[in-house]
Amino acid sequence: MITAGIDIGSITAKALALSGNEILGSRVAFTGYNPEQAAADIFGALLAEIGIERASIGAVVSTGYGRNAVRFADRAITEIICHAAGAYFQDPSVRTVIDIGGQDSKIISIADGGRVRDFAMNDKCAAGTGRFLEVMSRAMEVPLDSFGEMSRRSKSPAPISNTCTVFAESEVISLISKGVQRQDILAGLHESIASRIASMAARIGVAAPVMMTGGVAKNGGLVDALERCLSVEISVTPNAQVNGALGAAVLAAGGLEKK
Amino acid sequence: MADEKKTVDPEKEKRKIKSVRRMKEIMTAYYIDAKNAGKSGRKVAWITSGGPVEPLIAMDVIPVYPENHGAMIGASKMGAVLCAKAEETGYSRDLCSYARSDIGASLTNGGPIGGLPAPDFLVCCNNICGTVLKWYEVQARKYNVPLFFFDTPFIHTDFTEDARKYVRTQVDEYIGFLEQACGRKMDYGRMEEVGRLSVKAQRLWRDVLETCAHSPAPMTAFDAFFHLALIVTLRGTRVVVDYYTELLAELRDRIARGISMVPDEKYRLIWDNLPVWYKTKWLSDKFAEHHACLVADTYCSAWSGVLDLIDENNFLESMATAYPSIYINVSIDRMFVILKNMLVKYRADGLVMHSNRSCKPYSLGQYDLQKMVMKELGIPVLIIEADMVDERSFSESQIETRIDAFMEVLKQGR
Ligand code: SF4
Repeated sequence: MITAGIDIGSITAKALALSGNEILGSRVAFTGYNPEQAAADIFGALLAEIGIERASIGAVVSTGYGRNAVRFADRAITEIICHAAGAYFQDPSVRTVIDIGGQDSKIISIADGGRVRDFAMNDKCAAGTGRFLEVMSRAMEVPLDSFGEMSRRSKSPAPISNTCTVFAESEVISLISKGVQRQDILAGLHESIASRIASMAARIGVAAPVMMTGGVAKNGGLVDALERCLSVEISVTPNAQVNGALGAAVLAAGGLEKK
Repeated sequence: MADEKKTVDPEKEKRKIKSVRRMKEIMTAYYIDAKNAGKSGRKVAWITSGGPVEPLIAMDVIPVYPENHGAMIGASKMGAVLCAKAEETGYSRDLCSYARSDIGASLTNGGPIGGLPAPDFLVCCNNICGTVLKWYEVQARKYNVPLFFFDTPFIHTDFTEDARKYVRTQVDEYIGFLEQACGRKMDYGRMEEVGRLSVKAQRLWRDVLETCAHSPAPMTAFDAFFHLALIVTLRGTRVVVDYYTELLAELRDRIARGISMVPDEKYRLIWDNLPVWYKTKWLSDKFAEHHACLVADTYCSAWSGVLDLIDENNFLESMATAYPSIYINVSIDRMFVILKNMLVKYRADGLVMHSNRSCKPYSLGQYDLQKMVMKELGIPVLIIEADMVDERSFSESQIETRIDAFMEVLKQGR
């Protein structure tokens, strides 16, 4: 059976089609202001790209903040379960998933068999999430895609004491005006996010192997900082950004369901 | 409109608690009395929710609770506006939203009942928090009326004999204060009667809550939040005893007839901290959608939690031990014992903790309690961040995701 997962996040929408163990295709687009429309659009685009009729898709599971707005989905499941399922599908040995999304960051602890053992999410504040990095990208005039590579050139990360998005932004601006190098500021930002994630991780404990998912996983500088902070190796797969949609497609196919 | 008939869902109708109506009548009559106190010549005292109300009842003073008023403001979704009023005059947004909404309401005569009747004096007991000290000072200044502080030392390990004596002395001082404020002597015979009625009401309240030990539960914590107002405001009066007797009978009848509040109850959860007053319906529906019933909570049970410490035949004496011993005036270790007993007694599948931006004494330590519960009982714990009155501190989509995920994890575990 071919299944699809639709992940409507606060910033980006992701769609993925799965046939057995094979990923047929996936897409990423901005969510915009209308999640229902975004879901319909991205699903249509995905079907066109892989050349499959809607009728051939056996089941659709939606996830992410807009999960309940996806009318055509058969079921809505939260990102927690989907990210765990996606990571487990990619590597069944994974025991911890770190997912940094647009407005949420989460640590998911996976039990044998791919079940979620426990999870922790950020408190209400957006610090340490994708939004935080977006704001910083604007303040620093550095595109998000360059964050990782640029921060890796830093020899002495600038300490950023504020984790609050708003205060950190003004702190960054004052660092810029003091002439601190951009790569050092970036590296400092990554450290501050990593330490925030680490304290969240401490709540549920981090068991290896650890996989990082979500769009922010493309930022190698942050992954490095997390590895240092948690003293653990972190794997990132090419499907990191669409991992939630992948998990949704896996669950649509009945994966992990109790028989 | 006359021709627009309300469609009645018999299923839902069956689940409704019928006593609710009587409760509403009692509360309305209580507030009408309080608002007309000037005409009837009775005195009005503002008092904190954990404060010793019985001597007031014995002196025929009408007790009025800014916190209960705050809860009504929250439930009417007027919290943000009134809090903002207080903030405009310089109060920090970090201040408890009961205090802010009360101050906001008294500045504007706003809120669902057009503000509280002005007090003749205030009684502040710090067994719930330190915020109330400054809050009541502010209001005593504003209304230019006397204020009595009933100081209850925090219990870190044990309640020492010295502490007990210290509180006991204040019981006499308190009565002296009341005699002066009311211009007449305390009738100790009446006081004894009030003490007995208070204990009786607390016993009934405990029994009401404990009906939910039955599965499926005849009501949920959301219903308890509603019925709580009486034990808080008027304990020591006959009407509370009569009402809870009626409510208890109804709940027992529901059990006998197999009527549960949550259709098809599958998961039993315990709630910690104050309700989110402006979202009780939403939260209640949300949990019910997952077939989860909040069967008990640490908040409502605080008003019957010290029953064992009260001697109904020696109320004033035992009051000195009971009042300082309530749930949030004790160390985390003691809170854990209470919480643990509750989780076991109600056969809970999970614990939902409301990390309440307003109430620091209640919310501090929740992460430790979470760890202790998970470690000792292996029961999963969800923490959600909100505020009891200020709806600006509530993010629906974030909380929805956390609750949905928590329930999915519980289901996976089955
Ligand atoms: S801080 Fe907490 S205990 Fe104190 S008045 Fe506010 S809600 Fe009540």
